[in-house]
Amino acid sequence: MSKKLALGQALNLGLRHAMEADDRVVLMGEDIGKLGGVFRVTDGLQKDFGADRVRDTPLAESALIGTAVGMAMRGFRPVVEIQFDGFVFVAFDQIVNQVARLHFRSHGRLIMPIVIRIPFGGGIGAVEHHSECPEAFFAHVPGLRVVSCANPQDAYSMTRQAIASDDPIILLEPKRRYWQTGEVDTEHVEDRWTTSAVRSSPAAKATVVTYGPLVPTALEAAAILADEGTEVDIFDLRTLSPLDLDPVFESVRKTGRAIVTHEAPGHLGLGAEVAARISQECFYSLEAPVLRVTGYDIPYPPSRIEQDHIPDVDRLIDAVERAEAW
Amino acid sequence: MAMSYSHEQTDLRCLLTPQGERTPAPGSRIDDERALLSGFYRDMSLIRRFDHEAYALQRHGELGLWAPLFGQEATQIGAGRALADQDWVFPSYREHGIAWCRGIGPEEMLGTFRGTEMSGWDPVKYRYAFGQIIIGAQTLHGVGYATGLQLDGMVGNNDPSRDTAVLTVFGDGASSQGAVAEAMMWAASYQAPVVFLCQNNHYAISVPVGRQSRTPLADRALGFGFEGVRIDGNDVLACYQTVGEALDKARDGGGPTFIEAVTYRRGPHTTSDDPSRYRDSLEEQDWAKRDPIDRVRIRLEALGVEPDFFANVEVEAEELGARVRKACAALPEPDLAELFEYVHVEMSEALRAQQREYRSWQDSAGGVA
Repeated sequence: MSKKLALGQALNLGLRHAMEADDRVVLMGEDIGKLGGVFRVTDGLQKDFGADRVRDTPLAESALIGTAVGMAMRGFRPVVEIQFDGFVFVAFDQIVNQVARLHFRSHGRLIMPIVIRIPFGGGIGAVEHHSECPEAFFAHVPGLRVVSCANPQDAYSMTRQAIASDDPIILLEPKRRYWQTGEVDTEHVEDRWTTSAVRSSPAAKATVVTYGPLVPTALEAAAILADEGTEVDIFDLRTLSPLDLDPVFESVRKTGRAIVTHEAPGHLGLGAEVAARISQECFYSLEAPVLRVTGYDIPYPPSRIEQDHIPDVDRLIDAVERAEAW
Repeated sequence: MAMSYSHEQTDLRCLLTPQGERTPAPGSRIDDERALLSGFYRDMSLIRRFDHEAYALQRHGELGLWAPLFGQEATQIGAGRALADQDWVFPSYREHGIAWCRGIGPEEMLGTFRGTEMSGWDPVKYRYAFGQIIIGAQTLHGVGYATGLQLDGMVGNNDPSRDTAVLTVFGDGASSQGAVAEAMMWAASYQAPVVFLCQNNHYAISVPVGRQSRTPLADRALGFGFEGVRIDGNDVLACYQTVGEALDKARDGGGPTFIEAVTYRRGPHTTSDDPSRYRDSLEEQDWAKRDPIDRVRIRLEALGVEPDFFANVEVEAEELGARVRKACAALPEPDLAELFEYVHVEMSEALRAQQREYRSWQDSAGGVA
């Protein structure tokens, strides 16, 4: 059964269904109860599941994650909301030093089925610490899974998948796409973390790799390029760590050109890893170096000029054209 | 869910009641009450007007966000006016009233909320650190600055014009952060010249203070080994007196003090918030009766202040409103290319190349489109 939902609503439905399916699922976060979260992603859940399972917590991010560790050891499946991306660094120690390592330290005896939901990225005109892209920090840490959704279907499916997984998962939600709508099928949920080809053509001249908030941007760029006679393949990584790049390699072997784009700064960003792996796996097929279109290597700028910082359709088209002309 | 936290205000230090009457509580710093209260009335009225104007500017799309101080004027003006010129302040993001007392202009305060600036003023010039959005982080910075003052011999010289203290300001929500507990521990350990001013406005966005603490927040100080005082945060005289005493003690080398100013955030957390989802209007009406400005006006009238004075403040508030609207529209637009200059002290070649690349992109058709 399929229905039209906004991305934020699809996350809400995913949380609701996961809580119905397993009474060990507990939601924790700042303002997630009565208020329903600052983005209303948990709207109505405390009313229906009670304040024990949808917990408005004290204002302490480190404690949110640290106590989730203990709850997981007791057999619960905590789903923690970090209100804004910049606030997750207050809990960085617990995530990196504890959450990521306990399965490893215990030789597999302990599991950490914790989901850390983070609204991430810019584009909503916010104040400082509300527009960060922390994915590379977490993708660098062995023991964590990092995933990002880009449409309502994946928002629903990933929420279900993440909560069902026995591994700790950082679920990055593209906050500026919370209101984007799409069809959501709640019955056929994928059970594998895979990269998805969101646009492909046998005639494609370049491969664009992205995730999260820039997937719609890449699709828009592809539509413009198609009007001008250039087809491109577009991949939504969905799983940022570990990566699933086989479908990307296959495409690059066909197109000979690859562009990776993300909002986070380029220096040691996720694009660096993707570019290195493409270079290694597709070396003889490449007609141009792998190009990156990213946020600049500066702290996130004031919101009046954030659109100059975030990769847009023009910069993406420019990169495709540069790769073609190489 | 049962919350044992009491909203009773019987234990609060109060010098001026909500009905505008002076209590028998002593106020050593209140010599010329009429002059002092007249100044506070003007400050509070003007900063409230600025706050309302900024709120309206956000509603008109001129600001990206606004964090209103509405209801907390007494705590902020009382504390701001208790500062000695050389003292430093480490605030959160809602202390427009203290910034005002430091001489920071409305045009300097609006930039971060309009999104033209990461910070709108020179912190050294005003001895007022940038607004802090990471909850509670500024308390550690305040303690560190105070440590520096100690190392530089700026504390306990019995020289009121030179001895210096730090005021750090945060909310009831911040009291739960590890950083704040660490700041209190550190300050106690080194007897740092810091005043912790906690504005208990009853809400961390939607979460009531009872979730953060089962006891009055001021009681926590004792566990760290220093004095905690609980005051009526809507009483500007109590704030002025208590913060002043604590700053004097800090400058004299007496170490830290914790002040819990019990007040109420009458507006939303920010313009993005909707308080109707988590509190009832009866509570809001109840706190409206304890408004910090009304009681000062009643007292001033009882002291014989003429209607002209209030009318003049109103005229001044109107002029400020106009100035704020004009200043907001005139804030210079930022330039991304320039920002590259401030990432490091020594700019790397790689970043300079990126800056050039951005500039040429900006100049090209692509940048314009």
